[in-house]
Amino acid sequence: MAAPGEPARGTPLETPLWEVFVRARDGLAHRHVGSVHAADAALALQAARAVYTRRGEGVSLWVVPSSAIIASDPADRDMLFEPTGSKIYRHPTFYKVPDEVGNM
Amino acid sequence: MTGMYTQALNTPVAATGPEDDDGERTARFQARIDAGERIEPNDWMPEAYRRTLIRQISQHAHSEIVGMLPEGNWITRAPSLRRKAALLAKVQDEGGHGLYLYAAAETLGVTREELVGQLLSGRAKYSSIFNYPTLSWADIGAIGWLVDGAAIMNQIPLCRCSYGPYARAMIRICKEESFHQRQGYEIMLTLAQGTEAQKAMAQDALDRWWWPSLMMFGPPDSESQHSDASMRWRIKRFTNDGLRQKFVDATVPQAQYLGLAVPDPDLRRNQDTGHWDFGAIDWAAFRRVLGGDGPCNRERLATRRRADADGAWVREAALAWAARQRAGGQPAAA
Repeated sequence: MAAPGEPARGTPLETPLWEVFVRARDGLAHRHVGSVHAADAALALQAARAVYTRRGEGVSLWVVPSSAIIASDPADRDMLFEPTGSKIYRHPTFYKVPDEVGNM
Repeated sequence: MTGMYTQALNTPVAATGPEDDDGERTARFQARIDAGERIEPNDWMPEAYRRTLIRQISQHAHSEIVGMLPEGNWITRAPSLRRKAALLAKVQDEGGHGLYLYAAAETLGVTREELVGQLLSGRAKYSSIFNYPTLSWADIGAIGWLVDGAAIMNQIPLCRCSYGPYARAMIRICKEESFHQRQGYEIMLTLAQGTEAQKAMAQDALDRWWWPSLMMFGPPDSESQHSDASMRWRIKRFTNDGLRQKFVDATVPQAQYLGLAVPDPDLRRNQDTGHWDFGAIDWAAFRRVLGGDGPCNRERLATRRRADADGAWVREAALAWAARQRAGGQPAAA
């Protein structure tokens, strides 16, 4: 739940922050579910298990130091992502194929 | 239980930050809110919005943590293994919910250590409901049924609140919490259908928890002068009185099914509105308990402080071990 890449604004954290990812079941990607504080990786895994998988939420856990995540700047959102809005030729529906050709 | 245990505490902080002078950014921010967009941690936000959220979310988190204490009191004395396992799971959930909420608050630029420090110093508030004692096993039933019931009523709208991390935490909490109220009601039902002594125990618990549960929704709208900003920011979507009425309407028939009497001589069905009209709430008592003078305020804080102090060596040892591992197994430099 912590913002990846967001430096703490207050006093320095004594206990490092970790981002938690859970694979719900084999065949699916790990998905970000939240964060935990822990002194090291082994304790972070233990905390993540206790906090985020009490009801069979998954079969695999990743913990990543929050400080290792580099995030894009929200101020750059338009510059980064808006240009794709006009590139409709990247979608299959842009192209006309006669009905007689069938599904393509 | 969890809940929106922030009750009256969810009042916005007055706008004083220099950033708020930036009318254009503030207007753009409000336009995003009005359009139903979610605000995420790195987005610009007015300082008053940030401070209001930090206070509300952290008070909510503190309530989850302190809320473990009244129920924890009965874990070793639960009447059966089934009840004990359920109560343990519920109390563990409260701890988890506190952690989700602290994490959501931390995205606003405050550290876990600061927030816990505010609780332990007595500076931060938590829901007044946890300053009442759990005198009998029936209280565990009443807490699940009434206190979690009131919390759920408060929390459901928060799942759609404008701040993304808070809304996501609430969705998770609401999902996990639906069992809490049902297990409480099941305890009440078992007692209500038991011996005369068991039924009397259930009635006594209802008598003691009914009014404090109604107080969980916070002061009446007429006294809640800061609701406007929270409503405008879509942190809050319903008024205290509106949610309280909803809770009473839902709960009275449940009490009737149990064959228990709601301790309110003024309670009656209003034929015109279809709602249950209820008697006056003792707000002086509410303010007294919130202000620190409830039956268990001192004990709750003392327990949290002791837990913090007793666990200090574990945190220190874990950090020292991690530092040593980073240094390649050598003792860390002091």
